[in-house]
Amino acid sequence: MKLVLLWTDMLVWLLVIALLVWSWIVSRNPQVKKIWHTIFKSSIAMASSVVLLFYLLFTLLDSIHLRLALPAESQKSQEVAYEAEMVSLLDLVFEHNIQNTERTYSAPFATTEYASSIVVDENGVTKQVYLPLKHVSANDDFVKESLFALSLGVLLSSLLVALHIWRRERSRFMLACKEIWQGESDLPWRTAYGTFMLLVVTFTWLYMLSYSYHVLGTDKVGGDVLYQSFKSIRTGVLIGILTTLIMLPVAVILGVSAGLFGGWVDDVIQYLYTTLSSIPGVLLIAAGVLSMQVMMDNNPTWFETTLERSDLRLLFLILILGITSWTGLCRLLRAETLKISQMEFVTAAKAFGVSKLTIIRRHIVPNLMHIILISVVLDFSGLVLAEAVLSYVGVGVDPTMHSWGNMINQARLEMAREPMVWWSLFSAFVFMFILVLAANLFSDRIQRVLDPRNKA
Amino acid sequence: MSSILTVKNLSLTVGSETLLDNVSFDIQEGEIFALVGESGSGKSLTSLAIMRLLPEVIAVRSGEVHLKERALFNLSESRMQTVRGKSIAMIFQEPMSALNPVMTVGSQVAEVLRVHLGLKKEQVKEKVLSLFREVALKDPEERYHWYPHQLSGGQKQRVMIAIALACEPDLLIADEPTTALDVTIQAQVLGLLKQICKQRDLSILFITHDMAVVWEMADRVAVMKEGKILEQAACQDFFTHPKDPYTQRLLADAMSTKAHDKMEKEHEPLIEIEDLKVHFPIKKGFFQRTSGYVKAVDKVTFSIAKGKTLALVGESGSGKSTIGKAILSLLDETEGKVRFENQDLVSLDKKSLSPYRRKIQVVFQDPFSALNPRMTIASIIREGMTSLGVGPKERAAQDQYIEALLLKVDLEASHMHRYPHEFSGGQRQRIGIARALAVEPELIICDEPTSALDVSVRTQVLALLTKLQEESGVSYLFITHDLSIVPMIADEVAVMKEGKIVEQGLVEDVMENPQHPYTQKLLASAPKIMHKERENDNTI
Repeated sequence: MKLVLLWTDMLVWLLVIALLVWSWIVSRNPQVKKIWHTIFKSSIAMASSVVLLFYLLFTLLDSIHLRLALPAESQKSQEVAYEAEMVSLLDLVFEHNIQNTERTYSAPFATTEYASSIVVDENGVTKQVYLPLKHVSANDDFVKESLFALSLGVLLSSLLVALHIWRRERSRFMLACKEIWQGESDLPWRTAYGTFMLLVVTFTWLYMLSYSYHVLGTDKVGGDVLYQSFKSIRTGVLIGILTTLIMLPVAVILGVSAGLFGGWVDDVIQYLYTTLSSIPGVLLIAAGVLSMQVMMDNNPTWFETTLERSDLRLLFLILILGITSWTGLCRLLRAETLKISQMEFVTAAKAFGVSKLTIIRRHIVPNLMHIILISVVLDFSGLVLAEAVLSYVGVGVDPTMHSWGNMINQARLEMAREPMVWWSLFSAFVFMFILVLAANLFSDRIQRVLDPRNKA
Repeated sequence: MSSILTVKNLSLTVGSETLLDNVSFDIQEGEIFALVGESGSGKSLTSLAIMRLLPEVIAVRSGEVHLKERALFNLSESRMQTVRGKSIAMIFQEPMSALNPVMTVGSQVAEVLRVHLGLKKEQVKEKVLSLFREVALKDPEERYHWYPHQLSGGQKQRVMIAIALACEPDLLIADEPTTALDVTIQAQVLGLLKQICKQRDLSILFITHDMAVVWEMADRVAVMKEGKILEQAACQDFFTHPKDPYTQRLLADAMSTKAHDKMEKEHEPLIEIEDLKVHFPIKKGFFQRTSGYVKAVDKVTFSIAKGKTLALVGESGSGKSTIGKAILSLLDETEGKVRFENQDLVSLDKKSLSPYRRKIQVVFQDPFSALNPRMTIASIIREGMTSLGVGPKERAAQDQYIEALLLKVDLEASHMHRYPHEFSGGQRQRIGIARALAVEPELIICDEPTSALDVSVRTQVLALLTKLQEESGVSYLFITHDLSIVPMIADEVAVMKEGKIVEQGLVEDVMENPQHPYTQKLLASAPKIMHKERENDNTI
């Protein structure tokens, strides 16, 4: 077994480390800590952040890639041989779903195929029958298994919740439980735990049943849709987070320097973003993706596996999206910097002979933080949706990569079939909807707390 | 005389907090009634309650408001709508934001007339023009088609008054109508209000924090503090025999002067400014050619002696703040000589300038924008110390140094770790002073440090500045538009107009015996109590 780091994996883990460092810094600054406390005082913010964390968990699970060693008997030499394809932790969790592919379409929880096939039986009679699925046995007890899965989910989630309460309030565990139950705790923990339990119970139910059924059906080549939907989480979240990560430094550096230095610096930056934002975004992205595609086709030796190849394409897409989407934030930051640089505390700092860089670091950027934070969370959901649109148009992620956009793209033909195959579209829609809704609700709350105009 | 407006036992609350406590007064016909108090005392709330324009969270706990026998609190909202504008009109502090920027001023007045009086088109225009004439707006026919941004502050306030008068109200509520205006314009607007009050037999509820304005305007005065009316009296009585200790203190604060030691006049100059010019280029066209200059400061010469204060007086736009920035070497466009201890600062480059940075410091006007909201008080004060290498180097010793500074400006040592938003305006101004003092400067440029503060807080800050000067011998360049505080703080005064100094000299000489016509005009238009006080003293 060998750990492999793809480019995007590296960025994701870098981001996680950055987030941890940032939250450590935040926890040391009482003012910022108070702001976050206010944000989480709303139960909607609590619930949506739990949902976002859940999605993040799946992203992280899917961002640890391994190459498993081949079985020992096939080894001739001392060197360990590895399988050709790499798998992530999420793949290991859903291994049974990857193995148990069917022949073609089947509906959620179905025991037979969706379309009838022509079969010649022993007597030589040709018949139209719905063939039974290979990996679903007709005599499973659906109700019994559901009940078992649900109760396991409840047990598991309440155990985790209890553990969390115990970690926070070791000395007064019972009292804290009572407070949370009655909704009297300082932060709306009741909502958070409620959302958490709901998510865990749903997940265990889906997961347990996925051993005996195709819970969300199968696609054209018999692949499990539930597995595809979970795999798509990484693609969506990555595009949402990493793009902002790339765009942020560009926007902040250019915006602040345009606002603070003025003169020709300002002119150059303004021309740059005016030009960039006057070219239609989709056109620019399509051009970028296509030229990158040509380059990758000409150099097939760059990649050991197809996963690496599609990963690089994802990275390029993220880069291109980042390059095209910094203009809006840059414009905002320039305007705000212009305003702040006229404030008297900046003049005072100048009178103290403080250097320009220190002024930016200490006086300007901290006062821009609220705008940056608001635009990051607002952009996130927009970018998740942009991925779906771009993949649908055909300039998005690699077609072999699981993504909601690709699922929807496939569903275009499936919707035209008679009878209609609806579950691919449905699953992609539900998974994406929950993520975008949670992100929007969360950003709404952040905006309400951080935006100074809302302080009446 | 019958009373127009009667307010009886008015109490307002938010939750369990009482904002107004049993406020009662009545306003007679044709009378100017002044409501005086510092910010937060409930003056504006009272006026909003009369208009029934209170925010929803504020509840009226008890009390009645009668406008000529009519109980305003019992009217339906639609009936109240006709009372507003028609019977009671209001003018605000900020004429800029009260006028709609995309409508001509004429049509804004006309709209009010059409809505409330239902006049025909020609009649409306006729009426608007006559109103404009009444408020002494020049060229009314031309001004009718102007947009608010084309008018000056004083003219805008005149338009606001015209709108307020349009429906011939019984009562005019004027909420700090002249606070945003320059002295000379203020005098004109006040004169106008007084004249209209007399001509129309109009009652005015005049809300202000400025005692001098009260003396000029009011027939009767009520002093508010923390939601209560402390004292109510006729204007004459009020100024000669204030009863409440708070009122006495307010009046004393408004009239105090600095004790001068006239004996020693020869002092070594600390800073000499010679032919200082700041000309901003006006750039035009695609290639940004310089097509002309704005002469913000034009050939200014003055000097400040060690341990003395020079007050730089002028109206807004006269270039006084630009001089401050030029002395701080923050402007690239500076020409002329700024000699600090015989070293010309203008010719120095950035590096050789830095030892002088610590000797000249600045205190700003707006206590809210002068402190970075994301930094603690300690780090705000520490910034200059570390940047200029003043004071101890170790953190613990620095903390002690900062503590001592905070105590020096009458704050508490425990304030160190708090953030600016937790402090009031006066406290923030003290923090600003502490920040400047931290690097042990020899000259502090005070750029309107008290204009955003209430009277009593203003006096405290001025007293603090004087105390610090006595202790450490620091000099001040005190930039202000407010003539009334000049005697409290300054030894010398220089009067600026359009980038030039028109008159300078010792405070007593200039204030008592102004030579230049502009100075005379400034002094004449400044509302003042002290001179009349003295006259009163003589007659009694």
